[in-house]
Amino acid sequence: MAITDDVLVVGGGIAACTAALSAAETGARVRLLAHKKSTLRQASGLVDVLGYIGDDGPFSDPFGALDSLPEDHPYHVVGEDGIRDGLRIFDEAVGDAYQGGHTDTNALVTTYGGTVKPTARYPASVAPGLTSSAEDTLLVGFEGLTDFDAPVAADHLTAAGVPFDVQGVTVRLPKSFRSDAKVTRFAKALDRDEEVSGGTVRSVLADTVAAEMDGETRVGFPAMLGDDHDEAVRDELADRLGVPVFEVPTGPPSLLGLKLEDMLFDALDDAGVRISSGNPAVDFEANDGRIETVLVDQKSRLTPYEADQIVLATGGLVGKGLDSDREHVSEPVFGCHVPHPEDRYEWSDPEAFGNHAFARFGVVPDDELRPTDEDGEPHFENLRAAGGVVGGADVAREKSASGVSLATGAVAGRLAGEEATQ
Amino acid sequence: MSDAESPTNPTLTPDAQTDDFEAVDVFAESTDMDLRPGADNCYKCTACDVSCPVAEVDDEFPGPKFQGPEQWRLKRKDDAAVDDSIMSCSNCMRCDDACPSGVPLSQMHNTARGEYVDEEMDKLSREYVRNRILANYGTLAQLGSMFPRLTNAVMGNSLVQQINEKVLGITAERDFPEFATQTFREWWNERGGPQVRSEEKRVAYFHGCYSNYNTPEVGKAMVRVFESFGYEVVVPKQRCSGTPMFANGMLDDAKRAAGINVENFAGLIPEGYDIIASCTSCSMSLRQEYPELFDIDGIEDLSAHTYEALEYLRIHEDLESEIREASVSDQSFAYHAPCHGRNQGLDRQAVELFRELDGVNIEDVGDSCSGISGTYGWKEEKYDKSMQIGADMFDHMEHAEGNVGMTECPTCSMQMEHGTGYDIKHPLQLLEEALV
Repeated sequence: MAITDDVLVVGGGIAACTAALSAAETGARVRLLAHKKSTLRQASGLVDVLGYIGDDGPFSDPFGALDSLPEDHPYHVVGEDGIRDGLRIFDEAVGDAYQGGHTDTNALVTTYGGTVKPTARYPASVAPGLTSSAEDTLLVGFEGLTDFDAPVAADHLTAAGVPFDVQGVTVRLPKSFRSDAKVTRFAKALDRDEEVSGGTVRSVLADTVAAEMDGETRVGFPAMLGDDHDEAVRDELADRLGVPVFEVPTGPPSLLGLKLEDMLFDALDDAGVRISSGNPAVDFEANDGRIETVLVDQKSRLTPYEADQIVLATGGLVGKGLDSDREHVSEPVFGCHVPHPEDRYEWSDPEAFGNHAFARFGVVPDDELRPTDEDGEPHFENLRAAGGVVGGADVAREKSASGVSLATGAVAGRLAGEEATQ
Repeated sequence: MSDAESPTNPTLTPDAQTDDFEAVDVFAESTDMDLRPGADNCYKCTACDVSCPVAEVDDEFPGPKFQGPEQWRLKRKDDAAVDDSIMSCSNCMRCDDACPSGVPLSQMHNTARGEYVDEEMDKLSREYVRNRILANYGTLAQLGSMFPRLTNAVMGNSLVQQINEKVLGITAERDFPEFATQTFREWWNERGGPQVRSEEKRVAYFHGCYSNYNTPEVGKAMVRVFESFGYEVVVPKQRCSGTPMFANGMLDDAKRAAGINVENFAGLIPEGYDIIASCTSCSMSLRQEYPELFDIDGIEDLSAHTYEALEYLRIHEDLESEIREASVSDQSFAYHAPCHGRNQGLDRQAVELFRELDGVNIEDVGDSCSGISGTYGWKEEKYDKSMQIGADMFDHMEHAEGNVGMTECPTCSMQMEHGTGYDIKHPLQLLEEALV
């Protein structure tokens, strides 16, 4: 016996969650097979579709730019409909917690480094800080939180030519923590509104920031304004400051990423998707061109999972859906073909932010998102791929990582679900 | 990707570099376990720190990233001792699961803790004596259960509890778990051992200390359920799995117990037996900590053949169909997944399965740690933090429809009962009710 489902989605990130939700919509019985905690907790929590192609951009309309993408880009496989379907699934999963669904136009979101990122969906807490609205802005950083330097971020934004004045200030937190305290500790202190000398964390923070304000009409903080009670924290700060308060998405550990992970997993639960997490898929058994069983390394022993259809959504080089050594790049679970130059020195560009070949490494999908072998034939008739493991997109430069995951996840999940329930 | 840059030295061609590449052993003189790859894999994303339940409530605790890779690196200097904060790690092992880069955090913590206790801790200190007693619960329980009623009366006496706290540093806030009047092994012997014999379906039961001395009904349920599926169950002699010993840095004690367990269980594997545990910390210990920490003949084999009970039946039987056809009287459960079960990927199996059981309403009370972490919450100085960690779980239990708790872990069940007053069941007990 093996643990048996209609559709097995291997992976735990945004592509895997989307594929599982999409497959569940067809009525299939779906299981998500995730290894470690999702890489979403390393991510900003922003959801982009397309911001740049090479040196062109930022685009205001990501859909209008699709035709200019290289022909092996995964967006050409799934089409505009696939992207829209991915966004629909995302919007339904996160509800009011995200904004941006009212328009096709990219929003311009302030990042931790003071750059401006074209983004399709963004957390509600980020919304008041969009650079498209010409409100003078105060950015607030905290002593001891070295990742966010508010004055530098403000200078970057000014240099980028944003249509408003922006100042940055570093303040002392009302409560002192150990010098390398985690962002979650700051967030909890605000959640609980802990007592400090002169009042509570929220009130003293508001007083400190108010003293630094000089006519600004909004105030931005790094995204650590509360965890379980984030809305109450923002509301109280805004109320005390008399202007809207927003969050600037952070690097890891990212509270916005953690919250997105929670929302997507809640949506999976609501959709009846089963979840097995904590162990990696490492091998498989196939017969006659079909994968029959996926084998999971459950602490040095293999546990079999059976399904009619499989979706591979294990991520790219960062998420470890692709592996490399000094000679080869490979897809480690099913051994799918990953084209790459023979000479390792052609994998990367000498410039750190240059046009790296490795950024586009990944499996090569056919028109049903099935990974293909060197001859262009599907490796297995019941294996599809979604997200970072799919090659052809330079998601970091294009600002398309979430969009590619959502779109390929939605299409791969739907096709797998339809096949399984036929 | 620095090694992917074009070499600046023109005589060093890429090919030559590839062919000649050889990892340099920087610490060649060391005979200890080489944890360097673990330290090197850490890129300081702090995902482990965010997942740490102790760091969340204990502002003095520097967190798993420090306890693991950073401390390991600091320790390369001869004059650096292990920091005493290692004793505040509860060994929940959640950091293992959080790390995106494969750093063996709990293994690093266990070795650092062992070294701290060996080399830094005063063996006459109250803390050492107390920890040794807690770590060797199995021995204590063996004595206690010889006269269970007397022991229960004495340990339940509030004066004794006060003395335990003042003299030993064992919290008086908790009631000692009661010893059963008949241990599991006494019951097993009385019934004459296995009632089912099979050449094909054979399991050896690792009951651990708690279901032997305190909750024999869990052990009995295991036997009856497995026998109902036609398994031959044997119950080899065994010692503590080692979990409380790891958590207190008593690695010598743990290694002795492991030696006996490996000897008594690994030999059964060639005869077709798989090893089944009902406690998720026992199965975690046999599967992960044994091969990580000890080099004993047969230990890898034991690791590869050990399963948690429900996990085993889900893989080897059509448990879901059996459950769908069964029914029990109406009951509602608030289920908590123990951290050690979570780390084996077992955190959702009970809810997934019992949702299909007619008559049962079961709800997961969230992914927080219960806070007791074996012996951690029994320590007087850790009691308050233990209850703070558990606060989320208590809250979710109160809001769940059921007023009976469910979990696989004996100490989580103590904490659940302590925080809510609910009765706590093991999934095997419900399985027995449904199928036997």
